[in-house]
Amino acid sequence: MKTIAIASGKGGTGKTTLSTNLVYVMAQCGQNVVYADCDVEEPNGHLFLKPVIQSKKPVGMMVPQVHRERCVHCGQCGEICAYSAIICLGSETLVFPEMCHSCGGCWLVCPEGAISQTLRKMGTVEKGHAGNVGFVQGTLDIGEAMSPPVIRAVKEEIPEADWLIVDAPPGTSCPVIESIKGSDYVVLVTEPTPFGLHDLTLAVEMVRALRYPFGVVINRADFAFQDIWAYCQRQRIPILAEIPDDRRIAEAYSQGKMISAVQSDYAGVFRSIQALIEKEMESAKVGVS
Amino acid sequence: MKEIVVISGKGGTGKTSLTASFAALTPRLAIADCDVDAADLHLILDPKPVARAKFSGGSRARILAGHCTACGKCEELCRFDAIYYDGPGNGIVEKTYRVDPIACEGCGVCAWFCTDKAIEFAPAVNGEWYKSETRFGPMVHAKLGIAEENSGKLVTLVRKEAVAIALERGLDGVLVDGSPGIGCPVIASVTGADQVLIVTEPTVSGVHDLRRVAALVKQFDIPTWVCINKWDLNPAATELIEREGGELGVSLAGRVRYDRATTEAQIEGKTVVEYRQDGIAEDIRAVWKRLRKHG
Repeated sequence: MKTIAIASGKGGTGKTTLSTNLVYVMAQCGQNVVYADCDVEEPNGHLFLKPVIQSKKPVGMMVPQVHRERCVHCGQCGEICAYSAIICLGSETLVFPEMCHSCGGCWLVCPEGAISQTLRKMGTVEKGHAGNVGFVQGTLDIGEAMSPPVIRAVKEEIPEADWLIVDAPPGTSCPVIESIKGSDYVVLVTEPTPFGLHDLTLAVEMVRALRYPFGVVINRADFAFQDIWAYCQRQRIPILAEIPDDRRIAEAYSQGKMISAVQSDYAGVFRSIQALIEKEMESAKVGVS
Repeated sequence: MKEIVVISGKGGTGKTSLTASFAALTPRLAIADCDVDAADLHLILDPKPVARAKFSGGSRARILAGHCTACGKCEELCRFDAIYYDGPGNGIVEKTYRVDPIACEGCGVCAWFCTDKAIEFAPAVNGEWYKSETRFGPMVHAKLGIAEENSGKLVTLVRKEAVAIALERGLDGVLVDGSPGIGCPVIASVTGADQVLIVTEPTVSGVHDLRRVAALVKQFDIPTWVCINKWDLNPAATELIEREGGELGVSLAGRVRYDRATTEAQIEGKTVVEYRQDGIAEDIRAVWKRLRKHG
């Protein structure tokens, strides 16, 4: 399976527009493709792909459960925990599951075997299909702070296919890293504004640190702000496509429609983006070997 | 002294552009950029740092190759796949283990259980934060290192420092630019705030994400407002949001029209209300006035 992750530093640049249209045109060409929504804080792909959901399961992470009858209050669990998720106070050992990172330290260190693991639900993973597109999405429960465990669960549920398109959350911190981990290629979506450029430079630093081959798609490409093209040229970053600032795209998006489905000229635009990504992936491979 | 936090659920709805304008409209505020993951407010407000400090939100493991006997215990115990068997050799073994600093979540389990004392576990620098002056007043902002964690802790620190400055100078309040989503930096931004403004847009994604972020804020029991940015791109969706507002527990702060002036102002490094006097600027002033009146 070849994995393409769609990311961006800045939010609202068009990650979901690009990912959903890509899988749509790929499936239309008979390709075996899966869409995975890893933006589990605000998953939106389903609004456009309108999948039929076939299975749904609670996901989360393992947190400690203290068995009081066996606890001797030695305090080692509290000592090893780097997150203050377990504290030994005199004759009481308290667990704060929402602070836990599931590192396993406390149950490994407990000399009495008084700590076991229990699943704490943090979200849901749903699987199904949208036409010929395989569909997986994660949804973080409201009030939960940590999304990486739910993202990890989404990735575990991805069915076998030739292609996987990962719709990542915005930003450059842990949820994004978790989403794009293991990708063969990363597409960074940006827009030609000062905010777009600034956040693109952060995203570029991130993918370079992770050493993934990547390219840029410039969305809403009107030419009032040239700096973004100059930056990509200076940094030798391939520009895979420029999607025009077309009111028809904004309107289709606002109504939950995919532009490739309602304007046939755009299906060609996304097909050529896909072809370019494939070409870039090939040359990245040659460059590495 | 009141603390007002601007968030959005969905990214790219215009949080930062609106926050910058609010800052321009109000002389006696401290400003805090809590979108530490992709901070942009400084591009408009042009802060001049007067003090800066490193931020350490956690620790990180590092294997001392000279001491490693390649027993493999650390790799076996690490739940974050952060340890690899590809480190440099030493006099004892041909290859040692190595920590991937990006994957490491700083739990310290490897260091605790290493029988050769070959793993150093020490506080890591995850970012930097600044106290600055802008043309609209003091500002506290930060830069989280690439691929770093603990953005929630950094958000809390930035807010705390902005509140301290506001109290020290006797200002009226603190204006906080938050981050998208509903996760840790957002929770850290709204905890204990006095007023929340959610900036949304009239699209199916905007509505979907607004519902989720409004449900989150409801858990905190803070007066919450919603502003519909670029409302005229889809008037029907705007009306839907306005009708739904009550159910979601949010009050309507008003509509802001779509205008390329937002981007033009950004390119010139200005706030929209500095760049324009009428049209969109009037919309923004009306939203801010409503918030201040009831805040």
